[in-house]
Amino acid sequence: MSSEMTGYDEERIGQLLRLLPPAPQGWIEAAQELPAARATLDELVARAEADAAFRRRLEADLESAIAAAGFEPSPLVVSRLRQLLKAV
Amino acid sequence: MAATDQTDAQLVSRCRDGDPAAWNEFVERFSRYVYAIAVRGFRLAHHDCEDVFQEVFARAYERLPELRSDDAVRPWLAQLTRRLCIDRLRVAARDAPGEADPDAAAMEDVLASLDEAMAVRAALEAVGRPCSEILDRFFCRDESYRTIGEALQIPAGTIASRISRCLDKVRVELDGRKRAPRAS
Repeated sequence: MSSEMTGYDEERIGQLLRLLPPAPQGWIEAAQELPAARATLDELVARAEADAAFRRRLEADLESAIAAAGFEPSPLVVSRLRQLLKAV
Repeated sequence: MAATDQTDAQLVSRCRDGDPAAWNEFVERFSRYVYAIAVRGFRLAHHDCEDVFQEVFARAYERLPELRSDDAVRPWLAQLTRRLCIDRLRVAARDAPGEADPDAAAMEDVLASLDEAMAVRAALEAVGRPCSEILDRFFCRDESYRTIGEALQIPAGTIASRISRCLDKVRVELDGRKRAPRAS
């Protein structure tokens, strides 16, 4: 097969493949957890909007406040909630 | 239909319909793209890159229903990633003056190369195993012949010729796609 048909030769294909290394597996898995974390995040944000004392506890110590509210303070939930609280 | 046969639009549609497997596939399909923009395009530090990566997918998950054209998901993700990277650099520049936004023209070149790389990546996945794994390990994970041979239980001395044959298969696949363009 000639490279003239596609404009790609072996070297070019290799160069392009090298441009896309895998992201760290932990990052991928965390992003894939988003749908499962969504219900937790929705509830925590709703409580923060409705309860000023709870919001202050979250702002003081996010992980402890999430755990005290009965949720697992996974890294994804903690980081995402931190972002969401800035917007609330 | 195999995941690799689906267009981006079909995958987005499945995500929107709440298909439980679709989101995992979505993250798998675009993770390298988002990562490469942050690392190669903006050269973000590792921790900044991780924050941007998670924020991109979080916003994508939340806003996917608002996407106007399912075919446009890749440029949409590129734009989202780019904006978040620039925000991150601007925050860093406040702490370390002198850091500037990257050159816009250079960034367009990087994105064009990454789009081309995504097309090659799709062809690689269509070729399937063992070629996709051999080429991924060699080019994307920078593994040695020995490591690849041990992982795939094939003689290390045959890896170079296998790589060459596999690259040829990818080229044939790319040629087929060029003659019969897909939606994405």
